[in-house]
Amino acid sequence: MLAKRIIACLDIKDGRTVKGTNFIELKDAGDPVELAQAYCQQGVDELVFLDISATNEKRKTFASLVKKIASHIDIPFTVGGGISSVDDASSLLEAGADKISINSSAIKNPELIDNISKNFGSQFLVLAIDAKKIDNQWVVHSHGGAVQTNKKIFSWAKEGQERGAGEILFTSMDHDGTKNGFANDALQKLNDLLQIPVIASGGAGLPFHFVEAFKLGKADAALAASIFHFGEIKIPELKQFLRDHHIAVRF
Amino acid sequence: MKVAIIKYNAGNIRSVAFALERLSVDYEITDNLESIKYADKVIFPGVGEAASTMNYLKEKKLDQVIQGLTQPVLGICLGMQLMCSYSEENNTPCLKIFDEVVKKFPQGREKVPHIGWNSLSNLSGWLDPLLENQFVYFVHGYYVPVNACATAIADYITPFSAAMKKNNFYAVQFHPEKSAAAGKNVLESFLKNS
Repeated sequence: MLAKRIIACLDIKDGRTVKGTNFIELKDAGDPVELAQAYCQQGVDELVFLDISATNEKRKTFASLVKKIASHIDIPFTVGGGISSVDDASSLLEAGADKISINSSAIKNPELIDNISKNFGSQFLVLAIDAKKIDNQWVVHSHGGAVQTNKKIFSWAKEGQERGAGEILFTSMDHDGTKNGFANDALQKLNDLLQIPVIASGGAGLPFHFVEAFKLGKADAALAASIFHFGEIKIPELKQFLRDHHIAVRF
Repeated sequence: MKVAIIKYNAGNIRSVAFALERLSVDYEITDNLESIKYADKVIFPGVGEAASTMNYLKEKKLDQVIQGLTQPVLGICLGMQLMCSYSEENNTPCLKIFDEVVKKFPQGREKVPHIGWNSLSNLSGWLDPLLENQFVYFVHGYYVPVNACATAIADYITPFSAAMKKNNFYAVQFHPEKSAAAGKNVLESFLKNS
């Protein structure tokens, strides 16, 4: 039986792991490779490394970090942050990334989705979407949530699928950092609408929130960061909890 | 022991190489026909599309070389599918090592491709019986039906072949290089016991 996936997200700045609360305040939570290995041992199903370095110079450092991660990690991982061309995607594939995620660059240039998936396959491309509810509409935001766009999440996700994205990573900006649970209504709509997997992100605070994301939101995977990094929820306990709630997970 | 990893226009070759490094196995990523012929073992990895990959293999004359190999050969994911007779993916004639036809998952209520961790069952032959019910990582939109060569089965929409063996040819639909301890176990079985 296909398992629901638990994904830990590591924000990387200048080669170190950080995690913002509501995207603003940053805290240092360690060395990415060590942290990733610890997660693998705990049984996390997948990892996401998001580069939030500001400059191209620092992004080169990230590519060499990706190679180091790939050589040490034996589970699938996605890398994202600042990918804006097929060449960027190609060098990360070459470094050993299993998937890349794109966000602002796809909003600016939707054909990037077609071009990356044509060159490297849909399985290599995750379309990350940050959105918040404004006047009862889920409005897509770019640049780490800083810029409001005119896109709405459901039509943008569907377009992403049609252009060749392999998965959708949906972060609810309204829920991110609140620890009050995922945006289950929007997740359910996305999952009913799409034929590709949807990853829930933003809002996890308790193990039961993951049960809700899988049962109510019908998500294929759920992602969290700080609650894992700071040990508020431990992966083995979370998986046991999900199993107790009759959700298929990998052990 | 030297393992040749067949180099072609596909993703994830680097990941397979890293997995061998973690097992301290000497390897070479190559499309050189002689290097492949004379390697102790050969790994035929793959993420990609069937027709363009078969064309590439033919251009490089790798198709005949793979068919003629007598040492242990492990096909991974697309590698396994291309070892079959024919793929429904762009109606592609394949290497005909296994007599099976590679089919497309029907689009219905379940999402396609099949992405994620799924469990193995009905293990036999070359795989460690301890892997029964263990989870491994899959990414594929096409599948090989259960057949006489199957040595493990997984279930998504329909039961399908998760692993196969015929003579010196071994194959897995999942990605052992991305399947944590279970995947390491599978690679070790191929490297040590085959």
